[in-house]
Amino acid sequence: MPDRRHPTYLAFLAHRLSGLALALFLPLHFWALGQALQGEAALEGFLRWTDHGLFKLAEWGLVVLLALHLAGGLRVMALEFLGWRARQKDMAALGAGFALAVGLLFLLNVG
Amino acid sequence: MDRLTVRIWRGDAAGGAFAAYEVAARENQTVLDVVSEIQREQEPALAYRFACRVGMCGSCAMEVNGRARWTCRTHVRRVARPGEALTLRPLPHLPVIRDLATDMAPFFDKWARAMGSFQPKDAPDGAVPEDFAVVPPGSKARREADAGIECIGCGVCHASCDVVAWNPDYLGPAALNRAWTLVNDVRDGAQAARLAAVSGDAGCHSCHSTQSCTERCPKGLDPSSAIAGLKRRLFWDALLGRRG
Amino acid sequence: MRGQLHLWVAQRLTAAFLAVAVAVHLVTIIIAVRGGLSAADILARTRGSEAWLLFYAGFALAAGLHAAIGLRAIAAEWLGWRGRGLDLLWLGLGLATALFGIRAAWGLYHA
Repeated sequence: MPDRRHPTYLAFLAHRLSGLALALFLPLHFWALGQALQGEAALEGFLRWTDHGLFKLAEWGLVVLLALHLAGGLRVMALEFLGWRARQKDMAALGAGFALAVGLLFLLNVG
Repeated sequence: MDRLTVRIWRGDAAGGAFAAYEVAARENQTVLDVVSEIQREQEPALAYRFACRVGMCGSCAMEVNGRARWTCRTHVRRVARPGEALTLRPLPHLPVIRDLATDMAPFFDKWARAMGSFQPKDAPDGAVPEDFAVVPPGSKARREADAGIECIGCGVCHASCDVVAWNPDYLGPAALNRAWTLVNDVRDGAQAARLAAVSGDAGCHSCHSTQSCTERCPKGLDPSSAIAGLKRRLFWDALLGRRG
Repeated sequence: MRGQLHLWVAQRLTAAFLAVAVAVHLVTIIIAVRGGLSAADILARTRGSEAWLLFYAGFALAAGLHAAIGLRAIAAEWLGWRGRGLDLLWLGLGLATALFGIRAAWGLYHA
C-alpha cells in the first residue's frame, strides 16, 4: 500500500466517498419526496414511517456528507478557478470542521 | 557500529521478491549511498540508476518505505527511525527493467503526447528567429511558467499519482506541468494543438486534486496547480467558444 | 476529447449552481427538522410556490447530472468501465434521475 497520508489526499477520499453515497441516495430521496404526488397523507405516512431512530441517524449522516461534499467542492473549485494554491491544507481542515458544525446544528434542532 | 537492514526488491518484468542486506548505520548517509554500498560490497549484480548524486539529473528515484523519493538527497535518518529497516522498490507505475531500475520511456512518451516541446512561433521550421522575443519577467504568464520549469523529470510525481495507476493513459503531473509552462510561453506557436492534447480523460480533466504530486515533488514544484491552470484555461475556452 | 471536456465543464457549472443550492438546502433542513418533520409543514412552504418549484427543479437537474458525471469517473477509475457508449448511458441516467426529481418537485408544488 503506497503512502498517501497527507491532508489533501484525505480530502479527496472524503469528497469521492461522500459523493458516491450522495449519488446513490439521490434516487431514493426523489422517490420519497415523490410520495407527495399521492397527496399530503401519503407523504405524512412516509415521514412517520421514518421516525425510527435509525432513520434519524441516517439523516444526520447524509446531512454531514452533504456539508462535507459542499466544502470539499468549494476547495477544489478555489484551486481550479481562483488558483488558490496556498493554504489548501487549512481549507481541507476547515471543510471537515464545517461538516461537523452542520452535523451539530442538525442534532441540536432535530426532534 | 549499529547495523541498518535494507530490504531491496529484486526481479524483473516477470516478477521478483525482496532480498535483505545489512550495512553499517552511519550518522550521515543517503539512501543512494546505501544502495551503492550494497552494490559495490555485497551484490555486484544489483541494478539501479543514478548519475549526478546532487539532485539535478532526476535518475535515482525509487520507492523508499512506501513513498517515492529522490534517493540521492534523501538521508536515511530522515526516513527510517533508528533500528527501522529501509524497504526499497522500483518507482511505481512504470515497467521494471531489473531490480530498482524502471523503464522511463512511457513517462517521457507522455511528455511528447502532451506536446512538451517548445514550438517556436516565429520560426516554425526550427530556424533561429530574426530578433529576440521580449518577455517581461514580472508578467503573469512568465511567472506561471517560471513556477514549473525547474522540473528534473525524476518521475516521483508520476509514481505518487493515483490517477496514473487507475488510468494508464493519463498523462500525469510531470507532462501536464510541462505543458502548462509552455502554454504560458508567449513565444510558443502551438497553443491550440497543445491545449487539445492535454484535454479530456487522458489529460488534465482526470486530475482530482489529491495533490500527491505537489506533496511529493522533491523540487517543491506544484504540478497540481499547473493542472488546475490547464483546466481553467480550457474551461473558459470551451465556455466562450475560443479555440486555442 | 471534446465530449470529455464538455462533461467536465458541465460538472463544474452544475457544481457552481449546487454550491448555492446545497447551502440553501442545508439551512432549510435545519429549520425544517425543528419540532419534527411533517408533511403539513413541508407542503405549507412548497404548495403553489413557483419560486420553490423552480428552485427544486433546477436543483434536481443539476444534482442528477452532477451525480452521474461523478459516478462515471468513479466507474472508470475503480471498475475500469470506460467508453463512449457508457458515457451516453451515464448522461441518460443523469437526465432520468433529474426528471425523477423534477417529478417530485412537481408533487410538492401541486399536492
